[in-house]
Amino acid sequence: MSTAIRPTSPTAMPLRFALPIGGVAGTSFKPEHLPAILEAGPRRGFFEVHAENYMGAGGPPHRALEAIRREHPLSLHGVCMSIGGPRPLDKAHLARFRGLVARYQPALVSEHLAWSTHETSFFNDLLPLPYTEATLACVCDHIDQVQEAIRRPLLLENPSTYVAFRESSMSETEFIRAVAERTGCGLLLDINNVFVSATNHGFSALNYLADFPLSRVGEIHLAGHAEQADDEGDLLLIDSHDGPVADAVWKLYEIVIGRRGAVPTLIEWDSRIPDWPILEAEATAAQAILDRRQSAVPAGERHAA
Amino acid sequence: MPPEANLSFAAAFAPALLDPARSTPSLVTGPNGKAAGRRYDVYRNNVTVSLIDALAAIYPAVQRITGTDFFRAMARFHVRSNPPASPLLFEYGRDFPDFIAQYEHAQAMPWLADVARIERAWLDAYHAADAVPLSPARLSAVAPDRLAGLVFIPHPAARCLRSGYAAVTIFAANRDNTTVTRIDASKPEDALITRPEFDVTVRRLPPGGAVFASRLISGRPLGEAAAAALEAASDFDIAANIAGLIEAGAFTSLADGDRS
Repeated sequence: MSTAIRPTSPTAMPLRFALPIGGVAGTSFKPEHLPAILEAGPRRGFFEVHAENYMGAGGPPHRALEAIRREHPLSLHGVCMSIGGPRPLDKAHLARFRGLVARYQPALVSEHLAWSTHETSFFNDLLPLPYTEATLACVCDHIDQVQEAIRRPLLLENPSTYVAFRESSMSETEFIRAVAERTGCGLLLDINNVFVSATNHGFSALNYLADFPLSRVGEIHLAGHAEQADDEGDLLLIDSHDGPVADAVWKLYEIVIGRRGAVPTLIEWDSRIPDWPILEAEATAAQAILDRRQSAVPAGERHAA
Repeated sequence: MPPEANLSFAAAFAPALLDPARSTPSLVTGPNGKAAGRRYDVYRNNVTVSLIDALAAIYPAVQRITGTDFFRAMARFHVRSNPPASPLLFEYGRDFPDFIAQYEHAQAMPWLADVARIERAWLDAYHAADAVPLSPARLSAVAPDRLAGLVFIPHPAARCLRSGYAAVTIFAANRDNTTVTRIDASKPEDALITRPEFDVTVRRLPPGGAVFASRLISGRPLGEAAAAALEAASDFDIAANIAGLIEAGAFTSLADGDRS
């Protein structure tokens, strides 16, 4: 704890990683893993953080993030922007988000197709929205505001959901495709979310992926889920991020990479966090799938991420 | 048609999230018309449990003192009546110490709210802006006739809290997993919370020290702070207390408050 404090300005942070970062696998960054990560030295891949955890003025969180960012590309993943909600975006929150983008110059910037704030309450969960022309217009307006603030395209993540809305007039993939076309945003395809929602709503994950605008996908998320039951006793999957990626999700991932080409892929693990080697091994498994694809396709035909 | 016309879904979806007495909102459904009760309950559970977890992360010593079941029951009441207003969870729970002070089942632990206040201040210090602490040499260079009017610029992390109980000792004994020995809770204690670089420290202040430190942290001149401290404790050691506050990292710089 003897490191001198140096105020960090956005210009003082070198942008050492050209965009895009290509077909590499990364993991969620958890502060408890910092000693093990620094001990092992720079590794291929990237780290992703929840933006809100680094919105304090100073202290140990920024020190840890600076240490990670010095040697690795960073993915900034917003959790609380409430893009899918009917309320105007929180201007102060948007300014904080923009400040983090400027300070840490992340390779990837993403947020969720969900909402978490209503009236004066923040619910700390990714809540679902109906897919209608009205919500489409609202979501597009919010994404325009975010992209205007950060001066770069945002990657929008498909949600995992447990309920559907009676008023929805289009499918989730139709909705997401329209958002991407109208706003120019990229997409973060969470394959575990697809699998969870497909199980919960009784649709085919493969059909969903066939309808999903894969060419706009700039990042993929993989994570573990948990099992519960619904009112009828049928399987209800919970997007818990508390375990290894399921075999079925790995299968879908290989299919997506085969179609889309190699894109940055994140192993998300947010609770019951394992020791670093276990999380790193999941990223290594994703990297093997990415590398297999990259060596099978001539370099000139590779998709940029 | 303005888009707002069909954006009432959040107003219909949100109220039952933290209110178990309300039924499942009628605008949601399972596939093919299946019931949505347990499905909606996933959101209720996510919201409530994650916010209780947030309070548990902010108040670990309180939870260790009360035990997990007591803490989570108490936190559940608070989460339902006072959900966060900010998406920054490290800002949550500012009114939890006052809630604890009023909480019926915590009345046997009258010091518990003050332990919570120290934990809340600890987290504020943890996230406060970085700043280089004042060097002791800076004070030595001040001419004696300027000392009384001297103003100390507080470090962004510096905080001072007063308790009518042994809140600092109880806090320190319960922030980690070491064995807690018997504590005389009735002895008043005052806390100084600082984070000179990256480690938050909580110190117990001597008699008069809290009056002195809080005056200086709020920007009052040294002469006024010293007089107030001597009034509070006639044996107050001004030099030792200044040195202790500087060593703890409570200040970043000096200003000449006497500009006349």
